[in-house]
Amino acid sequence: MRYVPTTPAEREAMLRAIGVRSVDDLFADVPERVRLRRPLRLRPALSDPELLRYLAELAERNGHADRLRCFVGAGAYDHFVPPAVWQLAGRGEFLTAYTPYQAELMQGELQAAYEYQTMVCELLGMEVANASMYDGASALGEAVVMARDLTRRDRVVVSQAVHPEYRQVLRTYTEPLGVRVAELRSEGGVTPPEAGAVDGRIAAVVVQHPNFFGCLEDLRGWAEIAHRAGALLVVACADPLAFGLLAPPGELGADIVAAEDQPLGNPLNFGGPFLGIIATREAFVRRMPGRLVGATVDSRGRRGFVLTLQTREQHIRREKATSNICTNEALNALAAAIYLSLLGPEGVRRVAELCVRKAAYLKSLLAALPGFELAFAAPTFHEFVVRTPRPASAVVRTMAREGFLAGLPLGRFYRGMRDGLLVCVTETRTREEMDEFVEVLGRVAAPRLRAVGGRTR
Amino acid sequence: MTDFPLIFERSVPGRRGHGLPEPDVPDRPLEELVPPQALRTRLPHLPEVSELDVVRHYTGLSHRNFSIDEGFYPLGSCTMKYNPKLHEEAARLPGFARLHPYTPEEWAQGALRLLWELGEELRELAGMDAVTFQPAAGAHGELVGLLMVRAYFASRGERRTRVIVPDSAHGTNPATAAMVGYEVVTVRSDPRGNLDLAALEAVLDERAAALMLTNPNTLGLFEEQVDRIAERVHAVGAQMYLDGANFNAMVGVTRPGDQGFDVMHMNLHKTFSTPHGGGGPGACAVAVKSHLEPFLPVPVVVREGERYRLDFDRPQSVGRVRAFYGNFANLVRAYAYVRSLGAEGLRAVAEHAVLHANYLRVRLAPYYEIPYDRICKHEFVASGIRQKRRDGVSTKDIAKRLLDYGFHAPTVYFPLIVEEAIMIEPTETESLQTLEAFVEAMVAIDRECREDPERVRTAPHTTPVGRLDEVRAARQPDLRWKPKG
Amino acid sequence: MYPEDYRYSTEHEWAKREDGRVRVGITRFAADRLTDVVYVELPAVGTQVQFMQPFGVVESVKAASDLYAPVSGRVVEVNERLREHPELVNEDPHGQGWMIVVEAEDPSELERLLDADAYRRHIGEA
Repeated sequence: MRYVPTTPAEREAMLRAIGVRSVDDLFADVPERVRLRRPLRLRPALSDPELLRYLAELAERNGHADRLRCFVGAGAYDHFVPPAVWQLAGRGEFLTAYTPYQAELMQGELQAAYEYQTMVCELLGMEVANASMYDGASALGEAVVMARDLTRRDRVVVSQAVHPEYRQVLRTYTEPLGVRVAELRSEGGVTPPEAGAVDGRIAAVVVQHPNFFGCLEDLRGWAEIAHRAGALLVVACADPLAFGLLAPPGELGADIVAAEDQPLGNPLNFGGPFLGIIATREAFVRRMPGRLVGATVDSRGRRGFVLTLQTREQHIRREKATSNICTNEALNALAAAIYLSLLGPEGVRRVAELCVRKAAYLKSLLAALPGFELAFAAPTFHEFVVRTPRPASAVVRTMAREGFLAGLPLGRFYRGMRDGLLVCVTETRTREEMDEFVEVLGRVAAPRLRAVGGRTR
Repeated sequence: MTDFPLIFERSVPGRRGHGLPEPDVPDRPLEELVPPQALRTRLPHLPEVSELDVVRHYTGLSHRNFSIDEGFYPLGSCTMKYNPKLHEEAARLPGFARLHPYTPEEWAQGALRLLWELGEELRELAGMDAVTFQPAAGAHGELVGLLMVRAYFASRGERRTRVIVPDSAHGTNPATAAMVGYEVVTVRSDPRGNLDLAALEAVLDERAAALMLTNPNTLGLFEEQVDRIAERVHAVGAQMYLDGANFNAMVGVTRPGDQGFDVMHMNLHKTFSTPHGGGGPGACAVAVKSHLEPFLPVPVVVREGERYRLDFDRPQSVGRVRAFYGNFANLVRAYAYVRSLGAEGLRAVAEHAVLHANYLRVRLAPYYEIPYDRICKHEFVASGIRQKRRDGVSTKDIAKRLLDYGFHAPTVYFPLIVEEAIMIEPTETESLQTLEAFVEAMVAIDRECREDPERVRTAPHTTPVGRLDEVRAARQPDLRWKPKG
Repeated sequence: MYPEDYRYSTEHEWAKREDGRVRVGITRFAADRLTDVVYVELPAVGTQVQFMQPFGVVESVKAASDLYAPVSGRVVEVNERLREHPELVNEDPHGQGWMIVVEAEDPSELERLLDADAYRRHIGEA
C-alpha cells in the first residue's frame, strides 16, 4: 500500500503481540451501527506518473502569471522570488517539522522566527511582531478584536478603502462579539481624516496604507484623531514592500499593524497559503494573538530561542485566550525572512522604488489613452484605479485572451465602479510589457472599437 | 563555544545578496511620484549579506531542526506522517503556484476543478453533504464551524448561548467557542475515558448550541456511545461538532456523518499528509450536513456541466474568515494524497495507524503507566507518573531525554486529565523497525530513571543547545534583535 | 507558614487587615503550585473590585490563574515592584509579594473567608 511500509508478515506479528486476531478486532470499539458497510466511493487510485500527469494537466488549464502577464495585485502580488528562497525554505528539515514544542531540537525554526519578527519590526517601524497569522485579512480581524480588548470599547470605524475582503473578514470576526462596525467614506481614493468620526466609544480606527485603491492615506492625521479620543489606530497593509520607500506605519502613529507578508518571497498560490502578521507596541504584547519567539539562554549560558508568553494562547488559557489560533504560517515566515535577508535594506528600497516608478510610467500611459482616465488624483504606490470605456470585467476578459491579466474589476466590490479597474505594476513588469499592454488595451478596449466590439470575440 | 550567529550578526555594510534589475522607465524625480513627507527617512536595519551568506545561514539553521524527513516524530494529536515528495512537485507547478487568486474563472478552471474534486472525495470520506476549504488551519475551521452553527440558529430565530466541550478537549475548542461569543461548559470524562453521558445530560438543554467532540478523543479512544450522544444532543435541538484532528483513525471505517455529526473540520495537514512547515501553513476543510450548507463561507465552488465557478451569491453565508479561497497549495497536496491512495489505501491508513499505536501501547505497558489500557485508535496516552513517584523524574525530563536518542518527544502534559501525560502517535507511515527502536529508547530511559536519574533530569545532552530558560524568556521578553548603539 | 492574622479565600488569596484597608496577595501554596511566576497583571489604582470577582491574573510559563478579590472596594495601592520582580511572589508570597491594597467597602466580607486553620485544612496541610 502506498506510503504504508508494514508487510503482511509484520502485520501478523504485531497483531500477535497485541493479542488480537485481526485488524478488525482493533475496531471493536466502533459501534456496528455507525460502521461503513461498503467500500468508499472515491475516484480510482492513480500511480505516481498518472497522478503527476493529471495534476500537470489541471495546472496547465490555468492562466498563471508565467502565461498571462500579471497586472493584478489587490492583496496578492507578483514580486520576483529569488530561487534561493524556496530552495532553502523547502528543505525537508524545515518543511516537515512541527511547531517547535521541543525547543532544544528546533533552534533552526525558532531562530528564523526570531529573525523574522525582527525584520518585520524594522520594515513596519513597530516594536514587536508575532511569528505569523493566517493571512492579512484574518490578522486584521484579530487586530480589531485585540483593540477592543485593550480599550474595552466595542465600536470601530473602518475605511471603505480597506480591501473589501478584509472588511468582510473583520465583520465576521467582530460581529459575534457585539462589536459595531461603521464605515468611513473614501473620497478621491483616500480616507480624509475626520475628527467627528471618532469619539470616546470607539476602540479603533482602521485604515489601509497604501489602501486598496493603491493610494497613500494620511496615517499621521488619523493617529492624532484616534489618540485624542483614546482609540487605537489599526493599519492594514497588503504589501509591506511599500515600506522600503514609504515611512513605516509605526513612525506615523500606528498602534497595531495587520499586514500581509505574501509579497515577501511567497508565491501567489491561488490565494494561499499567505502570511499574516500582527505588529504592535511593546505595551500591548500580552494582548497579542499568535505565537511569539523569544531569546533566552540554556543551562550553560548559550543563546537559544523558545516559544514565549504562551499564557496568551489557547492551549493554556483556553476560553480566555487572546485567540484560538494554533497552527500559523511558519514556513511562509521563514521564506519571508530569507527573502528579506537576500534583499537587505538596499534591496527592499530598490524593489519599492521600481514599483513606484514603473507604476507611474504605466499610469501616465493609461492617462493618455483615449477613453481611459485615472480615477483618483491622490499619490499611489504600485496600484491605481483606471476608468475603462467598457465595463472593467469585459476588459479583463478580453485582455486575458490577449495574454494579460489586466487588473481587478471593482464593480463586484463598489457600487458605481463597474468601469473601475485596479491595476498593479511590480518590479517584475518590464517597459516592453507595459507598452504592449497599453497598445493592446487601446486596440481591444478603446471606445472607437465599441461599435465593432463583437469582432474582438 | 560561540553561539550560532544571527543573520544580523553576519551583516557587513555594503554587501548585497540580490540581482534586482535597474529601472527601465524614464527617470523622474521621486518627489514627483511620492510626497516627500510620505517617504521613509532611514532604511530598515535588515542584514547586508551575500547570497552565499544567506544559503549557509539557513542551511545551518536547517541542521538545527528536527523533521519527519530526519526521524520518528510521535507527537500525539499532530499526526506526523510522511509527507510525500510528489506532492511538493505538484504544488510547485507554475499553473498552481503562480496562479493569481483574481484570475478570471475561465482561466482558473484547472484549479477550480481540483477544488471541486477534492470536495467530492472529502464529502464521501466524511459522510457529509457540502464542504468549504476556506479556513487556513484546524482552529480556523472550528471558527467557521461554530459561526455556521450560530447562523443556523439565528435563521431559526433562536439564540443559544452555550457550547459544551469535554474536559479532554483541545484548547482550541473552548477558545473558538469564546470567539463566537459562547459560554463554555465543560463536561468530564468517564472512567473508561469516554465522555460521561450522565454528566452530559446534566448540562444539556436548549441553551446548548453545540457539543464539540473529538473522535477518537484526545486519549486516543473511540467514543463508544457516539451515536447515543448525538441522539441526546439532537433531542435538545443542538448541533454535533466534530473536531476532526483525529480523523486519521477512522477513514474508510466509519464516517462522522453516519455517527451523527452535523459539522466537522478536517486538518488536512494531519490526516491528509500536507507538511506542517515548522508550525504551519496548515490546511482545512469544513464539511457539513445539508441543513448547514446555506451558511458556508463565500465563495463556494460550484459545477455547471463541465464548467466550474465561484458562487458569491449566498445571502445566508457567514461571510469570510480570510481573503481568497483557502490554503490552495496544500489543497493540491491533499488532493494528490487522496488520489494516490484511493478507497483501499485510505482505509489501510486508518488500519495501520491503529495497528501501530496498539503495538507501541502493549510494548510500552510493562514500563510506563497506561491509564486507559484498552484497545486504542491511532494514538494512546501513557504517563510518567511511575517514574515521577519512584525516581523523581518528570515527564518533561523523559521527553527531553528522548531527544538525545534521536527521536522527537511525544506530546506531553496533554490531555489535561492525565497526570504526567505522554501522548504517543506513531502514524501508519513508520516501519516496525522504527517502532522497535523507539521502544528500545523508552525502555532505556526507564532504566536510566532508576539508575541515573540525574542524567535524565538534566537532558538533553546532545542537542545544539541544552535545556532553555523559559522563565527568563517570559520575565524579560526579548522578542527581537536590536542593533547596537 | 500561614499567618494567623490573615484571612484566606478558597481560591488561594490572602487578605490582611490594615486599619480600614485590606492588603491582598496569593498564598505560599498557590505560588508553589504555579512554579516560577513570570508576570502579574494588576488593576490600576482607583479600580473598583468586587468580592470574589477576578481583579487580575498571575502567570507562570505554563499556567495563568485569575486573582479573586477577597473584599469589595477601591484599589488604593498596587505593588509596582512586581512589574520588574514577579519572582517576589515566589520568594515572599505573604510579604513583599503582596499585590494590591483595597479600601474595603464592607470589611465584614472578610468574615466569610477562611482562617489560617481552615485554609490549611482546605489545602490538605492541616
